[in-house]
Amino acid sequence: MPEDLNWAIGGEAGDGIDSTGKIFAQALSRAGRHVFTSKDFASRIRGGYTAYKVRTSVDRVESVVDRLDILIALTERTIDENMDELHEGSVIIYDGERSTMQDVEVPDGMIGLSVPLQRLAEDAGGAIMANVVALGAACEVAQFPIENLDESLNKRFGDKGEAIVENNKEAARLGQQHVQEEYDHDFDYDIETTDEDYVLLNGDEAIGMGAIAAGCRFYSGYPITPATDVMEYMTGRVEQYGGKVVQAEDELSAINMALGAARAGARAMTATSGPGIDLMTETFGLVATTETPLVICDVMRSGPSTGMPTKQEQGDLNMTLYGGHGEIPRFVVAPTSVSECFWKTVEAFNYAEKYQTPVYLVSDLALAVTEQTFPPEVFDMDEVEIDRGKVVDEDEVDSWLDERGRFQAHFPSADGVSPRAFPGTTDGAHMTTGLEHDELGRRTEEEAVRLEQVEKRQRKVETAKEQEEWDYREFGDSEADTLVISWGSNEGAMREALGFLEERGHDVRFISVPYIFPRPDLSAEIEAADDVIVVECNATGQFADVIEHDVLERVQRVNKYNGVRFKADELATEIENTLTGADAGATEVEAE
Amino acid sequence: MSSDVRFTDFKSDKQPTWCPGCGDFGTMNGMMKALAETGNDPDNTFVVAGIGCSGKIGTYMHSYALHGVHGRALPVGIGVKLANPNLEVMVAGGDGDGYSIGAGHFVHAVRRNVDMSYVVMDNRIYGLTKGQASPTSRQDFETSTTPEGPQMPPVNPLALALASGATFIAQSFSSDAQRHAEIIQKAVEHDGFGFVNTYSPCVTFNDVDTYDYFRDSIVDLDEEDHDPHDREAAKQKILEGDKEYMGVIYQDDDSVPWEKREGIDQDMSDIPDGAPEDAMDLVREFY
Repeated sequence: MPEDLNWAIGGEAGDGIDSTGKIFAQALSRAGRHVFTSKDFASRIRGGYTAYKVRTSVDRVESVVDRLDILIALTERTIDENMDELHEGSVIIYDGERSTMQDVEVPDGMIGLSVPLQRLAEDAGGAIMANVVALGAACEVAQFPIENLDESLNKRFGDKGEAIVENNKEAARLGQQHVQEEYDHDFDYDIETTDEDYVLLNGDEAIGMGAIAAGCRFYSGYPITPATDVMEYMTGRVEQYGGKVVQAEDELSAINMALGAARAGARAMTATSGPGIDLMTETFGLVATTETPLVICDVMRSGPSTGMPTKQEQGDLNMTLYGGHGEIPRFVVAPTSVSECFWKTVEAFNYAEKYQTPVYLVSDLALAVTEQTFPPEVFDMDEVEIDRGKVVDEDEVDSWLDERGRFQAHFPSADGVSPRAFPGTTDGAHMTTGLEHDELGRRTEEEAVRLEQVEKRQRKVETAKEQEEWDYREFGDSEADTLVISWGSNEGAMREALGFLEERGHDVRFISVPYIFPRPDLSAEIEAADDVIVVECNATGQFADVIEHDVLERVQRVNKYNGVRFKADELATEIENTLTGADAGATEVEAE
Repeated sequence: MSSDVRFTDFKSDKQPTWCPGCGDFGTMNGMMKALAETGNDPDNTFVVAGIGCSGKIGTYMHSYALHGVHGRALPVGIGVKLANPNLEVMVAGGDGDGYSIGAGHFVHAVRRNVDMSYVVMDNRIYGLTKGQASPTSRQDFETSTTPEGPQMPPVNPLALALASGATFIAQSFSSDAQRHAEIIQKAVEHDGFGFVNTYSPCVTFNDVDTYDYFRDSIVDLDEEDHDPHDREAAKQKILEGDKEYMGVIYQDDDSVPWEKREGIDQDMSDIPDGAPEDAMDLVREFY
């Protein structure tokens, strides 16, 4: 286990908890320490308990733990809320001079530091800086050189003027001095700094950054927790590259605008959370059947309905895999860490354009609100590759015209992927529709064409299964009899859990899967293990279901999808063919 | 863009399945004529349509086109235009598509004032589902699902547009080929959101709002000495609601399209092969 320090500031929403926590986290990161942050928050703007937690170590930290070493309690409730995580020797910093905090009882064995936060803040120039006084006090407790805060304060308050920055620096130092002068405890903490250079960001920011790096130039969305940070990050940044972020009037508009932009040739994305995905689902089918490349990001939260907007859950997997009427080819990619939020976003755009399909990029609240440190080279932009797939220009368009000179935007090619002409391309004019269509994109109900187009769209998935590497990340003991599988944000906690399990005598092989569909074939790994455990943040085990399904012996299938119901004589023949293994005609026995 | 484009170049080789005599034939012809007259050709034009009889238009025209889901054509058009401002974007819809399921988008598209045109084929009925009341059906118009009539006032699309801050509001009649094409051409030429409500009679299911009815009651604003730049006069005409006007009712010549105000002038399909050269700056922001 790493030598880590767990710190938190808690109070009421609106108390400046987030910005104070962020100032500290950035200061630690800049001082060459690893940081992992988490937030407890409620779905309200003011009032209600909220906290920002920072776990920090010289070694990498991948998760939160049930321990708090230093707590800045702006309210009495903050102590109650965190009682389970406080331990003997925990330091609680609070303002005993505040009328609401006068009766605070510091639990036995813990160290209470009453610091007149508000009074010292006023001495420094304004009561509003009370949190920064507390930060200064915390730095003294942790023996973290207070100068490290200065750059964070510059960043946070720089645009308010030099005087404000200086006042804040003074406030921090008054907090530090107060602890130095009034308390002579040996607090046991001695935070080391290093020369390492880290960046600190959360999953939503990593998705936004990945999108811009991957050439996304159009983003339309509607604000929703916890996906809004993606839109906020991209706003103002994508414009620097000639792009645009549009706040649409609703999610239906958001996905339709993104669809329009994608048809015009832009790399386009929308991001939302579960309830927004519900609203987008009709258009999702249109995106798929018109073979429009689009990245749709679902930052999951607790559902169903409005559920718990500020709480974690991985409950939308089934919806992203199966949502929508009819049968819709799609990819579902789920990053497993903050840095993977960046890289999987880049991949998502390439899959979308190479295969001309919608791609669900599935993240979750835990990734969205977790800030984590990384060496900047983890986001090496030279590694970003952009593959736009089969885009044809004016010189190539001729080879895709039919005998009457019409562009075949839905040509049923061998790999299932058709040529793509951006609007404006001479001789490329074509239509497309959500109705079943022919190779020209024009409506049809002709049975043969229907079969051809359904199979063409499905063929893209088969092509992608063959052409791409749908791999997984592996940790722990690859020879172990116990196999744990997880997806999404569980990877960090599970990686640390491996250490605890080892201490307790359990060897575990851990596989973290970032691809939901297509996904790696884990049958051999499952066969080799005695115990297989699937870890996920939901009630029914949605990923466990699909993994289980993958290792089942398959039933044989008789399918019909030309738009006509089964006929008895035909059905008899199909079943007979299936039994005898004869050529099945329209029957599709899923290959595997 | 070639200068010798004829309106028939916008015609596809697919025969329309509209009922014989449908107003949509005339509406579409006017759209094609306006596009050709304004110097566009099929390769720089994007036509978006929703669902219903009106939604079929993309099939019968020749251009880049998308036939989408019910009520959502306007956001698609906005996305196309913002991603490539060089394209001529025209959105077509019906009264159900535009004023019922898509009413929210209509209001916000008007507010946004993106440089595109929007033609609504208003036949005051749901045709493709075989004759139910639409948002513009008369209060007492009896249908299979409203045997007593809808019993609520029809939506006034012109008023909705005006109240939402429209910079171009017009109304036309598909059967008056010359005037109809002229009016749509003005909408295309307008710098901003050019909205045209077109009376496009349904000969199969609507026996009230017929060609004869419109011919008898329509009032051409050109013959009324109406100044379309006078917002107050436009407001009066629109809110009176007692006449079926034809022509440009309101136009703001100072309109600046949203994308111009936002500084969007690039074709967004043009991106580098890898991350932008200065992309590491995006990472360094997180120090």
